[in-house]
Amino acid sequence: MKTNDVILQTTSKVVFFMIVLFAIHLFFAGHYNPGGGFVGGLMTSGAIVLLLLAFDIKTVVKGFPIDYIILVGIGLLFAVGTAAGSLLFNIPFFTHAFGDVTLPVLGKTSLHTAMLFDTGVYLVVIGVTMTIIQTIGESE
Amino acid sequence: MSLLHLAIFSPFLMAMLVPFFYKGLRSIHTGWFVLVLPILLFTYFLGFLPITRNNQAVEKSFDWIPSLGISFTAYVDGLGLLFALLITGIGALVVLYSIFYLSKEKESLHNFYVYLLLFMGAMLGVVLSDNLITLYMFWELTSISSFLLIAYWYDRERSRYGALKSMLLTVFGGLSMLGGILLLSLMGDTFSVRELISQAGELNEHPLFLFAMILVLLGAFTKSAQFPFYIWLPDAMEAPTPVSAYLHSATMVKAGIYLVARLSPIFAFSGYWFWIVGAVGIFTLFWGSLNAVKQTDLKGILAFSTVSQLGLIMSLLGVGAAALHFDALDDNIYTAATIAAVFHLINHATFKGSLFMVVGVVDHETGTRDIRKLGGLLGFMPVTFTIAVIGAFSMAGLPPFNGFLSKEMFFTGMIQLLELNIFNLQTWGLLFPILAWVGSVFTFIYSMMIVFKTFSGKYQPEKLDKKPHEAPVGMLISPMILAALVVVFGLFPNLLSYSLIQPAAAAIIPSLVGPGEKLSVHISHWHGFSTELLMTIGVVALGALMYVTLSKWIKLYTVFPGKVSLNNLYDTSLYAAERGAYSMTKSYMNGFIRTYLVYIFVFFIGILGFTMWTENAFTFNQNNLAPIGVYEIVLVVIITAGIITILMAKSRLTSIIALGAVGYTVSLFFVIFRAPDLALTQLVIETVSVALFLLCFFHLPQLSRHEERMGFKLGNVLVSLGVGAMVTLMAISAHSNKMFDSISSYYVANTYEKAAGKNMVNVILVDFRGFDTLFEISVLAIAGLGIFGMIKLRLSKKGEEADEN
Repeated sequence: MKTNDVILQTTSKVVFFMIVLFAIHLFFAGHYNPGGGFVGGLMTSGAIVLLLLAFDIKTVVKGFPIDYIILVGIGLLFAVGTAAGSLLFNIPFFTHAFGDVTLPVLGKTSLHTAMLFDTGVYLVVIGVTMTIIQTIGESE
Repeated sequence: MSLLHLAIFSPFLMAMLVPFFYKGLRSIHTGWFVLVLPILLFTYFLGFLPITRNNQAVEKSFDWIPSLGISFTAYVDGLGLLFALLITGIGALVVLYSIFYLSKEKESLHNFYVYLLLFMGAMLGVVLSDNLITLYMFWELTSISSFLLIAYWYDRERSRYGALKSMLLTVFGGLSMLGGILLLSLMGDTFSVRELISQAGELNEHPLFLFAMILVLLGAFTKSAQFPFYIWLPDAMEAPTPVSAYLHSATMVKAGIYLVARLSPIFAFSGYWFWIVGAVGIFTLFWGSLNAVKQTDLKGILAFSTVSQLGLIMSLLGVGAAALHFDALDDNIYTAATIAAVFHLINHATFKGSLFMVVGVVDHETGTRDIRKLGGLLGFMPVTFTIAVIGAFSMAGLPPFNGFLSKEMFFTGMIQLLELNIFNLQTWGLLFPILAWVGSVFTFIYSMMIVFKTFSGKYQPEKLDKKPHEAPVGMLISPMILAALVVVFGLFPNLLSYSLIQPAAAAIIPSLVGPGEKLSVHISHWHGFSTELLMTIGVVALGALMYVTLSKWIKLYTVFPGKVSLNNLYDTSLYAAERGAYSMTKSYMNGFIRTYLVYIFVFFIGILGFTMWTENAFTFNQNNLAPIGVYEIVLVVIITAGIITILMAKSRLTSIIALGAVGYTVSLFFVIFRAPDLALTQLVIETVSVALFLLCFFHLPQLSRHEERMGFKLGNVLVSLGVGAMVTLMAISAHSNKMFDSISSYYVANTYEKAAGKNMVNVILVDFRGFDTLFEISVLAIAGLGIFGMIKLRLSKKGEEADEN
């Protein structure tokens, strides 16, 4: 019997963006409100898992042609790089810097290097969860 | 680093060169190159004679580990020089003998000479070291090199057995000795023997004195094959004969004698020393000679005879301690024992070395050492026979050989004990001369066996592998030299008395020799019809009678069952130790993780409970407790219900769902305890882990999927209740003991000021304590990679198996 998942697939397409937006919101709001890289990353991979449920693995991999193990590496590099960056300015390892910077397009923006570190966390979490889920899913 | 140090280290340097000689110059027997060194060393050490004659010493020192007080101090006095001359002199003769004994083609000579040189250097180090740690280092080197030499023919099972046995026993003794050395250094605050001797009076009062003495003596007794540690020596006879001649007659087994002699000035004032050394020595003499008679292997006889003769020297050293209790030097007749010990040491090295070489010749030329197969070799090997007669008669204590003189002096020393009235000698002292006399009778018997069972009697060619004939000249040179020395020392004993014996004896009992004085050493052949002479005549008469009637009473030995022996004790205790360790390990390392968990938890309960009980650490403080709200009570009820469901559930699926319920309730707890970040994360993570559990559940194998309740085990219940109670008690106590305020106020104050954030949890995670987070994401990454690796690798393995099938 051939099943027709059209409702599931259509809702997934819509809901996917909502979840991703929520995840990004959680991620960016982390420094001021509940959230952060960890939950944001989990939510993002949750969105991808929804796609995995609605479609099959091949389609999702085609849509997101990402090697998640490399993503883990990139995330760790972000984290270590942020922490080690302070050494360049002759201040202790893992000292964050923040301040208001005037950017060409955005104008005056408040930036914080902790965000870069959180990006590392975010990427690692996505990478790890997706690696686990994909490998288990692919295994027979 | 002086010339003296170089002389001690030269055998090690030479040992490095030996393999090059062996590989590079195949046509010449490697032994010839080696031979040069001991001869050079012997002449070098002869140069010290004029110095030590006057009871003076040479001392050279260089630092090894100065911060620990460990230096390599070479110290040459009469005693050290005597041993050094024995080591190098007999070393040279043994190397010469081995050149003819070991075949150039069949044997791996490089190994042999490397080990032998290693041993020679180590032995020189032992006798010339003043620092006890250095001495111990060389001591263990002799154990190791002797282990290597005994197992020279390592493809023979008996060789390996003998080597292992000697290693275990001598290293046991060596380690005990190290303990004794450390105790000595604790007492005297130095490792130097001479400094310790100068403090001998205070050391005697020290509470550790007796322990140090017993530990040091354990080392000396195991090395010198004293009762009951002699059992390794007969088994060490599997070594090549030159090794037996060198190590197990002349040098290594005398290392213990050396140690006893060297440390006599420290310990000998004590009555314990007198009794332990004297009694063990005299009993070893008796026991060794008694056992030698029943041996059928020539080397076996010689091994037990070595044991017995070492016991003789040891007992003389012990008895010599009596001299220290009589001050006047002029008429101190008790110094005779010490002098006899030194004299017999020299004599034993000469005659026993020659006898071993004779046995080696017989073995080499007939193919057997079994006295039941040998006989009537007199006509074939007259020279060997002559040497054997000289050696054996000297060992038996017959005139005009040197053994006679030292045996007489031995009797003198033992008889004199009867006149002493110290150390309870009035009651037990009589045992010494009796055991000495009986031991000497048996010594006489086995000495005669060596000569007459081998060379006279009926010639039995059918039992021999080879047609016997006289050995090559080169093989006979060394035993001839030793036999000649036996005769020369026997006829002119006073050649030695002031050059070697007096300085060595003076080094053993220095407190009796004032500056510029000398001990009176005069060895005379004829001292009238004394008790000693009568004893010797008795020995010869009874010994001859017993030898003639040997076949009648030799069966008496079989009366004692063979199982009651020290060898058997050693074998069974080794076996029992191995079995015991095996069964003990097997009993608690049973391979079940549940058992190990029980161990861990029981120790957890036990140690924490014990500490809490002894320290009286449990406190319950009701201040600081927050009021309990309705939500908390509801959630606690839910979570308890969940936990009970997990434990009681029949199906695993129910347990998994209940576990998820517990997890979500925990996240609800986070909500009501105002931890939104934790609640968010807990929700998502709980979902993921429940999904993973379901995955595992789904993949359980069909065959063994039992749907049944967890079994009830009282032990497990008790352990888990204990752990729960323990953790609860600890948590209550910890909460009741708030020593100081939390540091969280700093975070509250500075989250925005310094870190530009308002979510304190997140700021702590990424900023204040970001270091932890860095490694937590690393943990995650490792977990992810691990799962990836396990699944992928498992798949590829499966593929391979499929291919194989």
